[in-house]
Amino acid sequence: MASPRSLHLRTYSVLLLFIALKAIGNLSLAWGMKHLPEAGANPLSYIRAMLDPFVAFGVISLIVALLTRMVLLSLADLSFVLPVTAVGYVIAAFLGKVVLHEVVTNQRWAGTVLIFIGAALVSSTGEKSK
Amino acid sequence: MKWVLVTLMVVATVLSDLLQSYEMKRAGEQSVGARGLLRLLAMIAQRKFLILAILCMAVSFFSFMALVQTQPLSFAVPASAASFILETVLAKFVLKEKVGLKRAAGALIVLAGVVLLE
Repeated sequence: MASPRSLHLRTYSVLLLFIALKAIGNLSLAWGMKHLPEAGANPLSYIRAMLDPFVAFGVISLIVALLTRMVLLSLADLSFVLPVTAVGYVIAAFLGKVVLHEVVTNQRWAGTVLIFIGAALVSSTGEKSK
Repeated sequence: MKWVLVTLMVVATVLSDLLQSYEMKRAGEQSVGARGLLRLLAMIAQRKFLILAILCMAVSFFSFMALVQTQPLSFAVPASAASFILETVLAKFVLKEKVGLKRAAGALIVLAGVVLLE
């Protein structure tokens, strides 16, 4: 049986892996989509877009992130997982600025931080109502 | 146009969650073993609300793809948190769940954040 210390280490490793996969997935998806012609309202255009290597890598990363999150939920409570993973909103804004050279105004930073705090609050209130 | 996409993404996400929650509660407890998963797949095919939930999930993801194509990532990802607001409102008024002060305050803070993203 795993010691509490190694379980702790495993939980945080899976948590970091999930946050990284989600961030990389979103980034790759955004990068790929920005280099394709606008897809508009046709669902087939989005399926075709998935053939682009960056979009495909993004989608696969997001699917693996989803599976990693399931593993994470088997190791830790939802009331811990949801608030902690809300940091992803701030990471997305950071990657947008640093990697995609987006202009992130002070107002948008403030909005992102509020979203992080609000999402953490909403999701830390427990999931059972009955 | 960006707020139309955000709305579409958020409504589709929340609708998908609601439909899944409704159908899965009606279906009773499911297991995750190999046979359990096969039974789950057979059940999905039979229950139209679950098929609708998957369609909503696709609409939500395609809206997100359109959003990251036309808008900055620093807008698209934080804006997706608007689902917390709609979920809280629906939990209170449609599902008649007890929404505590902490959850209501969180949803309001998210709302303020989304407004500031503009």
